[in-house]
Amino acid sequence: MTTLLTFPKGGIHPPESKELTAAKKIEVMPVPAELEIILSQHIGAPCKPTVEKKAEVGEGAVIGDVVKGLGVPLHSPAAGKIKAISSSVHPLKLNAPSITITVNPEAAPLHYEKKEWRDIDPKELLGKLKDAGVIGIGGAGFPTHVKLSPPSNSPVDTLVVNAAECEPYITADHRQMVEHSAEIIEGCKVILRILGISNCLIGVESNKPNAFQALSETAANTAESDFKIEVRALQVKYPQGSEKQLIQAVTGRKVPGYALPSAVGVVVQNVSTAKAIYDAVVLEKPLYEKVITVSGKGIQRPANLLVKMGTRISDIVDYLGGIKPELKKIVLGGPMMGFAVSSLDIPITKTTSSVLFLSEDEIDTAPHSQCIRCGWCLEACPMGLEPKEIGLFVEANHAEETERFGVFECFECGSCAYVCPAKRPLVQFVRLAKMKAKRK
Amino acid sequence: MIEQQGNLPSAQQGLWKVSISPHIKSDESVEKIMWTVVGCLVPPLILSVFVFGIQVLFITAVSVASCMAVEAVSQKALGRKVTVRDGSAALTGMLIAFVIPPGVSAFLPVLAAIFAIYIGKHILGGLGYNFFNPALLGRAFLLASFPVAMTSAWLPPIEPGAIFSYLGVSIDAVSTATPLAVMKEQGMAAFNERFGEGASLYTSFFLGWRPGSIGETSGFLMLLGGLFLLYKRYITWHIPVSLLGSIAVLTWIFGGEGYFAGDPLLAVLSGGALLGAFFMATDYVTSPSNKISQIVFGVGIGALTVLIRLKGGYPEGICYAILLMNPLSTVLDGWFKQKRFALPQGGEK
Ligand code: SF4
Ligand code: SF4
Repeated sequence: MTTLLTFPKGGIHPPESKELTAAKKIEVMPVPAELEIILSQHIGAPCKPTVEKKAEVGEGAVIGDVVKGLGVPLHSPAAGKIKAISSSVHPLKLNAPSITITVNPEAAPLHYEKKEWRDIDPKELLGKLKDAGVIGIGGAGFPTHVKLSPPSNSPVDTLVVNAAECEPYITADHRQMVEHSAEIIEGCKVILRILGISNCLIGVESNKPNAFQALSETAANTAESDFKIEVRALQVKYPQGSEKQLIQAVTGRKVPGYALPSAVGVVVQNVSTAKAIYDAVVLEKPLYEKVITVSGKGIQRPANLLVKMGTRISDIVDYLGGIKPELKKIVLGGPMMGFAVSSLDIPITKTTSSVLFLSEDEIDTAPHSQCIRCGWCLEACPMGLEPKEIGLFVEANHAEETERFGVFECFECGSCAYVCPAKRPLVQFVRLAKMKAKRK
Repeated sequence: MIEQQGNLPSAQQGLWKVSISPHIKSDESVEKIMWTVVGCLVPPLILSVFVFGIQVLFITAVSVASCMAVEAVSQKALGRKVTVRDGSAALTGMLIAFVIPPGVSAFLPVLAAIFAIYIGKHILGGLGYNFFNPALLGRAFLLASFPVAMTSAWLPPIEPGAIFSYLGVSIDAVSTATPLAVMKEQGMAAFNERFGEGASLYTSFFLGWRPGSIGETSGFLMLLGGLFLLYKRYITWHIPVSLLGSIAVLTWIFGGEGYFAGDPLLAVLSGGALLGAFFMATDYVTSPSNKISQIVFGVGIGALTVLIRLKGGYPEGICYAILLMNPLSTVLDGWFKQKRFALPQGGEK
């Protein structure tokens, strides 16, 4: 690793806290007795159930599909019987409809064989992704077949793979890069073929030297003239893995405000999505299980787990030896952008990257006070916005005027709120402002 | 923290904290910053006890205690949360003591505290909403109300070991003029006669053995405190460097007999310039937040300081210079905004 790449402005260095799980191999968690699959897993329309109550389903069988609009089908993560089609607690939307499956413990797990994909037409490959239910599992959960069909008026020439994993605690991508580098590189080649391009840049933060090495070696050993895959080392800085920041770090291109990466000829995919794409195309295995990190000082045994979609947090807690008394907060996703939940009944979805059990000394509980105008938030903001002003305007009931401070460019990375010495809830202010302000 | 109200239909509800991201925060706090700055002012304070006697400790204690008391009472009276523990009032008290003559009556810092904290800060909305540096406001108020005491109660340095020498002595009998006042009123020759020439002059100013306010005593300790704040990243170089740099350059050009004959080093070491540059012009609330506006702000203060020192009646011009620039902070921030990551295509929409 020579010079480390990074984005030009802002960013923070929170404690990485990855040592809890960074060296732990991915464990396959036993399938729990019951799985609860939320019907709304991604951006776009929620799925409609395609099965009836009491029906028997096999592993990988379609149990839900979109009727119209953006979306992908849902698959049963295990063989079993449909117990209920009902509403349940959803991490984002409360009382989202879901399908509950009673798992058949006798059923043998499916095995998938590798298939040849290089002769398949890109259109058909996209279809395979859709059929396998692949969405961007690193973040927002945008259906991948749509993301890989960029508008024809902005030609794409580079695939950027996000392997930064800049959120503290999370090591799921890291472990996959170490243990599944071959599948990831192959997955990147599938994406390149779909896009009809040959350039791929993978950005890895330099705190994962073994992942960097594994990917670089695999890329070199499987080099093909059609695919130019390079691994780039990134500085350890949050939010290195944010789309616009990552693109600038590895390609030097700046995505204009409100625009998509395709405006500068780039498509970004998360490294774990690349693995899911491999599964969907090369193994023809639908997306119904994923690697997550379970960490924090509030859980007995932090781990990287391969879990079935629909596994409830309570099952994970049982499997990992229970929670510790110092547990104060449960967070789905990273500590910077994840959301706190107050129930163990919530099931894992396709976009859950981690479950954190945080203790008192890991979280922030200080009450917030008045802004002292220190300007630290301005310096931390990777988008060059003015979080301080947004907060002051929201407090003064002028949220509708915050458009000029760039509130819609804010992707809620939380860097500003992290550094604020007055502990102001700046992300909360931004969300309120976004609700009130109109984008001109 | 505003709590996210979730009506989760679970028996577990309320057991764990639920709030909006981020869930981790840095361990810096307003309290930590303010008390650290106060701490940086302790070494010069201790030194001045040896220079001017125990009297300065007494004046400082009165000033800090009355600022904290006025803060608590004002907040109670205005129905706000009492936040004296955050150290901002203590810092104001410390700074007031640092910019008034050590020989004044203890009654003066009490009045300054009331003016600075109640009028200058809480009437305007409290910490974060005041647009003048409270300590300097307090000093300006004293100077307007007690011009004689405020310009004559300077104490000459004491003999080593005689730290109780001014107790019980009429201050009138011992008070003296500050170096810049001597230079201004009696000329360079008188100045050199009293405070020395060349290297020994710089040394005495750098180490602090000369009359003046507490904040003027030791350039060395002030600089050390300022460097510590820089190291802690509580302040950045932008304001102190642009401020001191412009004082030095402008004094060099205009401060002597004929052009380019001034003494830049002396200008920086005297008149509380270092205290002002590191501890007062950098006050978060009353200085700009953006880097470019900070530089403009610093240069503005430096230029005004030199102007007041050379043309006006106040040798310690930096105090007024800072007060004059304070209300411009928000204006400057509006003019020199930091660059966005990227603006929408086709300019700002
Ligand atoms: S949350 Fe928004 S305003 Fe705050 S640092 Fe991130 S992008 Fe900037
Ligand atoms: S970091 Fe917090 S206190 Fe400082 S300017 Fe921003 S909002 Fe205000």
